Amino acid sequence: MAKKPDLLPGTLDMLILKTLTRAPLHGYGIALSIKRLSDDVLTVEEGSLYPALQRLLLQGWVKADWKMTETNRRARFYRLTVVGRKQLGIEVSQFEQMIAAIGRVMRAAQEA
Amino acid sequence: MNLLVRFANRLSILFRSRRFRSELDEEMAFHRAEMEKEMIAGGMSPEEAHYAAMRQFGNNEKLRQQSHEVVVLRGETVAQDLRFALRQWAKNSGFAFTSILILSLGMCASISIFGFVDAALIKPLPYPQPDRLAFVTESAAMFPRANISYPDFLDWRKQNKAFSSLDVFRSEGFLFQTPSGAEPIEAARVSDGFFHSLGITPLLGRDFHKGEDLPEAPNTVMLTYATWQNRFGGRPSVVGESVSLSGVPYTIIDVLPATFQFAPRGGAEFWANLHPVDSCSKRRSCHDLDGIGRLKDGISMDAARAEMKGIARQLELQYPTDNRDQGAFVGPLAEIIVQDVRPILLVLLSGAGLLLLIACVNVSSLLLVRSESRKREIAVRSALGASRLRLIRQFTIEGVVLVVAGLVLGVLAADLSMQLLTRLITKDMMDYMPYLAGLGLNLHVWMFTFLISGLSTVLFSITPLLRLPLSHIKKGLVENDRGHAGTAWRRFGANLAAAELAIAVVLLVGAGLLGKSFYRLLRVDIGFEPDHLATVQLAVSDTAYPKDEQEEELGRKIIDRVSRLPGVISAGLTSKLPVSENGNTWWIRVVGHPSNGEHNEVNYREVSTAFFTTLHAKLLRGRYFTEADDASKPRVLIINEALAKKYFPGEDPLGHKIGNNTLTPDSIAEVVGIVSDVRDGSLDSEVWPAIYEPFNQSPDTYYSLVVRTSQSAGSILPALVAAVHQVDRGIGTKDYATMRGKINGSPTAYMHRSAAWLVGGFAALALLLGVVGLYGVIAYSVSGRTREIGVRMALGAQRGSVYSLVMREAGWLTGIGLAIGLLSSVGASLLIRNLLFGVRAWDEATLGAVTVLLALSSLAASFFPARRAASVNPTDALRAE
Repeated sequence: MAKKPDLLPGTLDMLILKTLTRAPLHGYGIALSIKRLSDDVLTVEEGSLYPALQRLLLQGWVKADWKMTETNRRARFYRLTVVGRKQLGIEVSQFEQMIAAIGRVMRAAQEA
Repeated sequence: MNLLVRFANRLSILFRSRRFRSELDEEMAFHRAEMEKEMIAGGMSPEEAHYAAMRQFGNNEKLRQQSHEVVVLRGETVAQDLRFALRQWAKNSGFAFTSILILSLGMCASISIFGFVDAALIKPLPYPQPDRLAFVTESAAMFPRANISYPDFLDWRKQNKAFSSLDVFRSEGFLFQTPSGAEPIEAARVSDGFFHSLGITPLLGRDFHKGEDLPEAPNTVMLTYATWQNRFGGRPSVVGESVSLSGVPYTIIDVLPATFQFAPRGGAEFWANLHPVDSCSKRRSCHDLDGIGRLKDGISMDAARAEMKGIARQLELQYPTDNRDQGAFVGPLAEIIVQDVRPILLVLLSGAGLLLLIACVNVSSLLLVRSESRKREIAVRSALGASRLRLIRQFTIEGVVLVVAGLVLGVLAADLSMQLLTRLITKDMMDYMPYLAGLGLNLHVWMFTFLISGLSTVLFSITPLLRLPLSHIKKGLVENDRGHAGTAWRRFGANLAAAELAIAVVLLVGAGLLGKSFYRLLRVDIGFEPDHLATVQLAVSDTAYPKDEQEEELGRKIIDRVSRLPGVISAGLTSKLPVSENGNTWWIRVVGHPSNGEHNEVNYREVSTAFFTTLHAKLLRGRYFTEADDASKPRVLIINEALAKKYFPGEDPLGHKIGNNTLTPDSIAEVVGIVSDVRDGSLDSEVWPAIYEPFNQSPDTYYSLVVRTSQSAGSILPALVAAVHQVDRGIGTKDYATMRGKINGSPTAYMHRSAAWLVGGFAALALLLGVVGLYGVIAYSVSGRTREIGVRMALGAQRGSVYSLVMREAGWLTGIGLAIGLLSSVGASLLIRNLLFGVRAWDEATLGAVTVLLALSSLAASFFPARRAASVNPTDALRAE
């Protein structure tokens, strides 16, 4: 089995928050959504997903409620809070700065 | 804010931890089920999908743990570790008991000594802004800190600009009438602003008025709180009443606060105004005052000293005879008060510190041994997923448990030992060390306690980790249990044992030197035989015996009456007992010797006819005084050998005449005898030149009675006091003591004795710990080498060679410990050489004795493991493979 690229460290929280901007989702839904949207490139390991969700809960960036799914099973749905939305903005801008910086370095390295 | 929210969330999770778990479980089960569903939709069989989902999901328990760890309070796992640590120690109760005992010993020693250091050295003065208080006196050739004369004080007070106030105090003794007779009590006289300078405010009445220290002011007095309670029943009406002191009425103007203390006159019960009307106060050459000053803001001690020296020089030019070479001394009051105890306390603190160090090293090496046997446990734990941090925390917590237990025991023991140690200090000495009243478990002591606990905790949590480089943990799983004590450990443990022995050597040498000093001190030549001598301090009322002839007559009567007591061989009087202090001096000049006006300061004593024979002091030349040497005869005096050597080199002093520095005609007397040096000052001080005048030619009202007895000196004391009171009920008596008791109980002897005993105790414990440490290392090494020894013996090694194999290892360690210890102890002894008396810092006998003692102890400690090694049965040892 080919090894999939790891997530950039520190980006998982951002990805989860981003996924939740559209609608509340349960854990499995979040993992699935990230996988689909990235065309199967990014896989969120369950081992990182649930600790990360707990972390976000603790920070108060997401809230969790038990609801019924379409298949009538009880599942825990996470939704973004106002603070979480603000945090997402911060993380996105930081991420973009970082990517831009890395891009500059890589281009410079090519030209040299 | 954010932190608070997080903390609240955590708390709520902690309280609902079961619910948290079940929610997480349900959530993960849902996740797995959805995954399975998707796989089935992708064409997998339900069974395959189930296993694939399980595989992908990973270790359920670990996942749960990880999610859990994100949210739980650290406290929860700490509690787990704590429970584990307690179980660990309970299982190894012997080990825990030993470590805690050793640790609490070390803590007890250092905490209690620090208690004394804190009380005496850190905050000795209970006055506002104590660092602005200076001790101000004159200085002279023989005394770096002499007294001030009253006329000089008046000039100093007028001319100085450095002090916001400059005041003086002096000793006084009063006869106080009690229902049981006259009692001599200690008192002090002070200038008007004395209490204001110290920052003491009156409790009931008023402070001295400005000018109340002038000759014309009426007699007024303040009571100390204790005197008020004990002698006046604590009546508030006492202020304004009149009290008769030595037959003179004094008006009581105030009671001093209970917290008031003044170490230089610690025993004073009454504080009277200066009242400078005596003859001494009129003479610039008569020094009987000590000064204290409060520095003005912004003026340094050095600046004040420079100014006072300048004023003193000015006065010297102005009064060339009286003030010749009279300089000024200015120093911090606190330093003057504690200067006698400071060096000893510092030595004791170092000793206690070394003991604590050795205790810590000892416990560390015990922990090392233990961590060796826990290698597998650690390996298993880390294989099961314990993080590095968690393992480190486990050790830290185990260390903390040890330290806390040691701390609790140590603090309790320290509290007790501080009380015990203060109880060993006599009441008289306590009066002059009032700062020890603050002794106890105060804030400073607690801070010190937590500091040393913190340091030892760090030490104890690091030690086991040193042995367990966590990266190699897996090796522990592979390694089997048989033998193989890691060589690295052996080397490290051995180093620790050698270090312990070295510290023990330093303490032993220190104790040896201090002990020898004390021995020498008590056997120093004092110039007379102190056994079978009884002494009583007498105080005669000036008002009852106003004339010299009456005083002389009374002295004769007392001697007569006392000499008739059964068991009394002879009796004498002296104005100052030997082995008390140098002081009460006179400036002398030899008639016919050239003089340029320098002050030849010598001790001056008035003694009765039989004084020298009673002491058994040796007459070197000439004669003793006789009863015929009275006021009607030409003045005579006896000098000591030191004076003869210093002022009559190569000359026969007999027949020479000596007078005061200006050779006033009525001061001139003829030398009729030379006695061997009777030590006037303390045991460790120099012998000063001294002159003795016959009591009958210059009688006094305050003197000591000295009696030589045929029976034990102590048993005659009550009869002695009764006999004095038969002569006159009004004679005050105090300080009933034997001369031997006085010498052994003198502050000098006391200081040396306590230093020797305490450091000796520390050293004994250190030796014990060091030897136990060595035993541990050797025993452990033998147990690890059983197989090797078995092989050796199977191949034909003799028991003797096995013995020597083990003993050689012990010998090496002892040798290294001894070498390092002896070297450092020479350095350490140089640091304490001020406390040594009659012993050099590198006293060969002490060093030799310590070497032999340590060698023998180590031999004993290594003999038992060696015997065990030699009795190894080779077959058993090899079969154990």
